[in-house]
Amino acid sequence: MSTSRSDDGTLVVRLEGSWSVEAGIPSADPMIREISTPPPPACIAFDASALEDWDSSLLAFARQLGDAAGARGVKVDPSGLPAGARRLINLAAAVPERADARKKTRRDRPLARLGDGALSFFETTGGLVRFIGMVFLSFLRLLVGRARVRGRDFWLFVQDAGADALPIVSLISFLIGVILAFIGALQLRQFGALVWTANIVAIGMVRYLGPMMAAIIMAGRTGAAYAAQLGTMTVNEEIDALRTLGISPIDFLVLPRILALILMLPLLTLYADFVGMLGGAVIGTLAFGLGAQEYMSQTQSILTMKDFLSGLNMAASYGVLIAIAGCFQGMSSGRSAAAVGEATTKAVVMGIVLIVLATAFWTVLYDILGI
Amino acid sequence: MTSSASSPNHIVVRDLTLAYGETVIQRDVRFEVPRGRIFVIMGGSGCGKSTLLRAMIGLLEPAGGEVLYDGTSFWGADPAERESMTRHFGISYQSGALWSSMTLAENVSLPLEEYTALDGDEIARIASLKLALMGLAGFEEYYPAEISGGMRKRAALARATALDPEILFFDEPSAGLDPISSERLDELILELRDSMGMTIVVVTHELASIFTIADDSILLDAQSKTMIARGKPSDLLEGSSDPRVVEFLSRGRKGGGAELGPRGDGTAEG
Ligand SMILES: Nc1ncnc2c1ncn2[C@@H]1O[C@H](COP(=O)(O)OP(=O)(O)O)[C@@H](O)[C@H]1O
Ligand SMILES: [Mg+2]
Repeated sequence: MSTSRSDDGTLVVRLEGSWSVEAGIPSADPMIREISTPPPPACIAFDASALEDWDSSLLAFARQLGDAAGARGVKVDPSGLPAGARRLINLAAAVPERADARKKTRRDRPLARLGDGALSFFETTGGLVRFIGMVFLSFLRLLVGRARVRGRDFWLFVQDAGADALPIVSLISFLIGVILAFIGALQLRQFGALVWTANIVAIGMVRYLGPMMAAIIMAGRTGAAYAAQLGTMTVNEEIDALRTLGISPIDFLVLPRILALILMLPLLTLYADFVGMLGGAVIGTLAFGLGAQEYMSQTQSILTMKDFLSGLNMAASYGVLIAIAGCFQGMSSGRSAAAVGEATTKAVVMGIVLIVLATAFWTVLYDILGI
Repeated sequence: MTSSASSPNHIVVRDLTLAYGETVIQRDVRFEVPRGRIFVIMGGSGCGKSTLLRAMIGLLEPAGGEVLYDGTSFWGADPAERESMTRHFGISYQSGALWSSMTLAENVSLPLEEYTALDGDEIARIASLKLALMGLAGFEEYYPAEISGGMRKRAALARATALDPEILFFDEPSAGLDPISSERLDELILELRDSMGMTIVVVTHELASIFTIADDSILLDAQSKTMIARGKPSDLLEGSSDPRVVEFLSRGRKGGGAELGPRGDGTAEG
């Protein structure tokens, strides 16, 4: 490629050889420098007589040059370009750019990012509080029999959050029981208190790890599913369609999900408790030689009803929180596939954070009440 | 259904400004729709047609101006009143918006369960009738994911007409449909107007539909962010001096002219 000035001040760009995108787009900078240095050419013309082959690289080059020339008030005469290229360039220019179409590029300075993060945190918290308020009102409507909850949906969610979750809950709680027993036994053996392994497993599972493990599994499994379901419904305008029909999406979609988890998480927890203790018993008897009878009676002697109830109470509260996190994120999802994915991720994170906060709350409260 | 015959205009849109946050999408949109007419909102994609519709059905509060139904201000009304006005709307959304966890019959039944005193059997009969009217007889027990896009559009129309609404809102009915289905849909829309006296608002940019069904129309423009034409499309095509309007209405005449029949006139170009 070369340039030359003709007598009448026209800058002629000679295009040569074969242009292809694979080979890269030649820079228009030298020519832009040329037209920027006074005296500017009257006009830019092209000479394509030595051009063999061209593709989009030529179009991109000509467009860049054309824009730069236009900005400096230099006319461009496209007649020297191949006819096809000329038509395509006209096509690209046919719909002028909308004045405000281009997104403002944001400066991402650390402090600004921090500020944005804080703002969005408060926005989310505010939205969450409002959402919880709406759920509460919907719950009251249910109590006076005025909420529109479909029974069939509720049972489907119950099945999904219950029976279908059993395999993964079994696996995890069994392993937790095994690990607890193993660590406990190794330490306690040094004091000749091996049989106390049963205590560690029983209290650990029933009071804390049973509810927490079941909850964390359900946050990843069901909370995420709720967010994805409601997010997709937002994208498909299904939620709009409910709203315009005067049906509260909270009554219709959120409440049955929350109720299903309130019911199922304690049941799953109870199941997880027993599977965990079974795991502990397997290690205690097989690996450390405790008698099965001995292990059983030690477990029975230490566990009280209070332990079970405190664990189940925590589980029920986790159920509410997981369902709320999932539904809230789903209903605040944006209207695209990527936004639904984001909502799902946020639902799991929010669910787990809420589980941790709730655990801290209950632990302190139980401690104060001496439970 | 009760309605005052005193006001000739069923819908009045007055100086409406639409915005998402700070971003204004359209301003100074105004038109009236008399009872029993088909009104078409035209415009290229992204110009704000769906946004205008959302403001008319209560999903997006306009930044300015008002929408009146039978002389009553829609956004000026309190939420309960607005909800009771919405009850006389039938809405078919751009994406269909069928409830994915429910069968077609359940989709059509839900509005009936919600707002009528009919018993289960009667509701099932009406749902099946509405589906049959849209050419979906026998598909009652199908889920939305199990039928084609065109069938979903029709099922959405069945749901929208479940309560025999006074006003039907229709966002891009024929988008993504083959020409034959889309022609059938146009016939159906005309039939709903003629036999049931519905007022119908249709958002579309399909020329074939526009010329077939529109009694009146506006053309929204993305560039100037306002309406650039108002009138019956065929009159606009002949009478408008605005090149943007003529271009919009004669676009596609070059290739698709034959399909449109005698209207494929002299606007063709090399
Ligand atoms: N939720 C939203 N938030 C912000 N901008 C939006 C939103 N939805 C649509 N828009 C913008 O509003 C404009 C009009 O959109 P829309 O009404 O869907 O167009 P149409 O239906 O005419 O194709 C588009 O430019 C789009 O980018
Ligand atoms: Mg749209």
